[in-house]
Amino acid sequence: MTQTDPKTALGSVDQATFTQAMMDATQDVPLGLVDHEGAAAGQRFSVYRNNVAVSLTEAMHSAFPVVAKLLGKENMDGLSGLFLRAHPPSSPLMMFYGVEFPAFLEGMQQLSHLGYLGDVARLELALRHAYHAADAAPIDPMLLAGQSEQALLDSRITLAPALHLIRSPWPMHSIWRFSTEAGAAKPKAGAEAVLITRPEFDPIPQVVNPADAAWIEALMQGDSIGEALDQARTIDSTFDLSSPLTLLLQAGAITGLESKG
Amino acid sequence: MLQSFSPNCGLPDAPGVGYKPQHFAEIMEQAEPVQWLEIHAENYMGAGGRPLAQLRHLAEKFAISVHGVGLSIGGEAPLDPQHLSRLKHLVNWLKPASFSEHLAWSTHDGHFYNDLLPLPYTNATLDRVCTHIDQLQEAINRPMLLENPSSYLAFTESTWSEPAFLAEISRRTGCGLLLDVNNVFVSATNLDFSPQGYIDAFALDKVGEIHLGGHDEDEDDQGRPLLIDSHGRAVVDPVWALLDYTLERSGPKPVLIEWDNDVPDWPTLAAEAERAAFALSGLPNSGTASSAAKRATG
Repeated sequence: MTQTDPKTALGSVDQATFTQAMMDATQDVPLGLVDHEGAAAGQRFSVYRNNVAVSLTEAMHSAFPVVAKLLGKENMDGLSGLFLRAHPPSSPLMMFYGVEFPAFLEGMQQLSHLGYLGDVARLELALRHAYHAADAAPIDPMLLAGQSEQALLDSRITLAPALHLIRSPWPMHSIWRFSTEAGAAKPKAGAEAVLITRPEFDPIPQVVNPADAAWIEALMQGDSIGEALDQARTIDSTFDLSSPLTLLLQAGAITGLESKG
Repeated sequence: MLQSFSPNCGLPDAPGVGYKPQHFAEIMEQAEPVQWLEIHAENYMGAGGRPLAQLRHLAEKFAISVHGVGLSIGGEAPLDPQHLSRLKHLVNWLKPASFSEHLAWSTHDGHFYNDLLPLPYTNATLDRVCTHIDQLQEAINRPMLLENPSSYLAFTESTWSEPAFLAEISRRTGCGLLLDVNNVFVSATNLDFSPQGYIDAFALDKVGEIHLGGHDEDEDDQGRPLLIDSHGRAVVDPVWALLDYTLERSGPKPVLIEWDNDVPDWPTLAAEAERAAFALSGLPNSGTASSAAKRATG
């Protein structure tokens, strides 16, 4: 070996050098990192390589337990290793790590036969965001009951910060449920729209029909109840708002009602 | 400058544990001998939901220590202003008994590596760390505690010993110190120095909290022991002995059990806290006896 003796290496190890070597195990351990006898740090540097990879891989397993289950531990470990190098966390808030994971999964050639994985990851991500979303007190349902029909149609609804609606060409919720619930029905092919609400602290995902989904999406965009109803009727002319409205009220997902004028 | 750290403010000189949500019900019911709890700041920076609701309940019953793991105080780059303001927000509403962070870095070029990475002990590092601590203390409007790291390697460029480096940071910034006795044992084994000698050299009058945790055992390239700070098991006997050695010299301190991975059931964790209570009770000036005496004479 013709390496410089690390004891006499004067170069200071800056954090860019340290990071590069830490994230790429094929690189040499930076000179200037030593053991107590002044010999090259060798295996000791691997502690940091290992800590970072293991802690971020564990974060991925706990963030995406269903994707991990669908892939198997070994595959999830391998994918996490690739993902954490391509997308190291951009903030110390590990609760939100993995935002790029759905698109990352969809970009993996070798996973193209599991087209639904990205959307299952999206569902898990949305559940996690719903879990940490701001608290908001639901309105008293009597507020709605006291309104004339026209006043109600002209009103705008504020939805809880924890509410999410995601759509997939895959039976994303059925797949998720089949992996998390013993005895759940086997997923059948077909698109699903999934509404996530958080009545108290635990987010609840449930499938909603396409017209209900369209109505809720229109509300999310700020449409009045009536404008949203027109949107939903373009999908299903028999759409009736009583059932999705009851659903949102029961889930505590309506936190404000703004009447016209 | 802000008021400097004073050892008489903050946490009680009693056992505490790192809070894990799975222990919530048991802690609220009966936490003895645990008298205070430590949380990782970054886990309570969501907008709402169960974590914050639990924390509000806990804070009504217990003194809380906020332990940051993501500020990257030793980072070459300026502190992330967004993260500083998150910490400020948390400290403002929670009003914890103590705030601590690490002598380490974890963020580079906008990426957070979720580990405590090592620093060379040079004058340049000293200046940078002191500047960052000044900024943090200004933001949270109180003195912080700075924790000694676990070391696996050394930097040839270092010109300071770790205890002297920490004492100098405390002198310049007015911050207190968090002495992790397990980290001392891990570093002493890995870098072949005397852990008692390290404690003897440490600014014990600046210590506002002691940490204890479990470590894993590995080997370096030469087959020598390489201990890894894992917080995944019980505290080992030599670390308890080092705690006794420390407390004999420092007097009673708040002592925390850290168990972050493979988290045990509550009785197992409480038993570790019980052992810390026992270590504290052996001291001439500690525990309930001392508080009772203070009340009687006070």
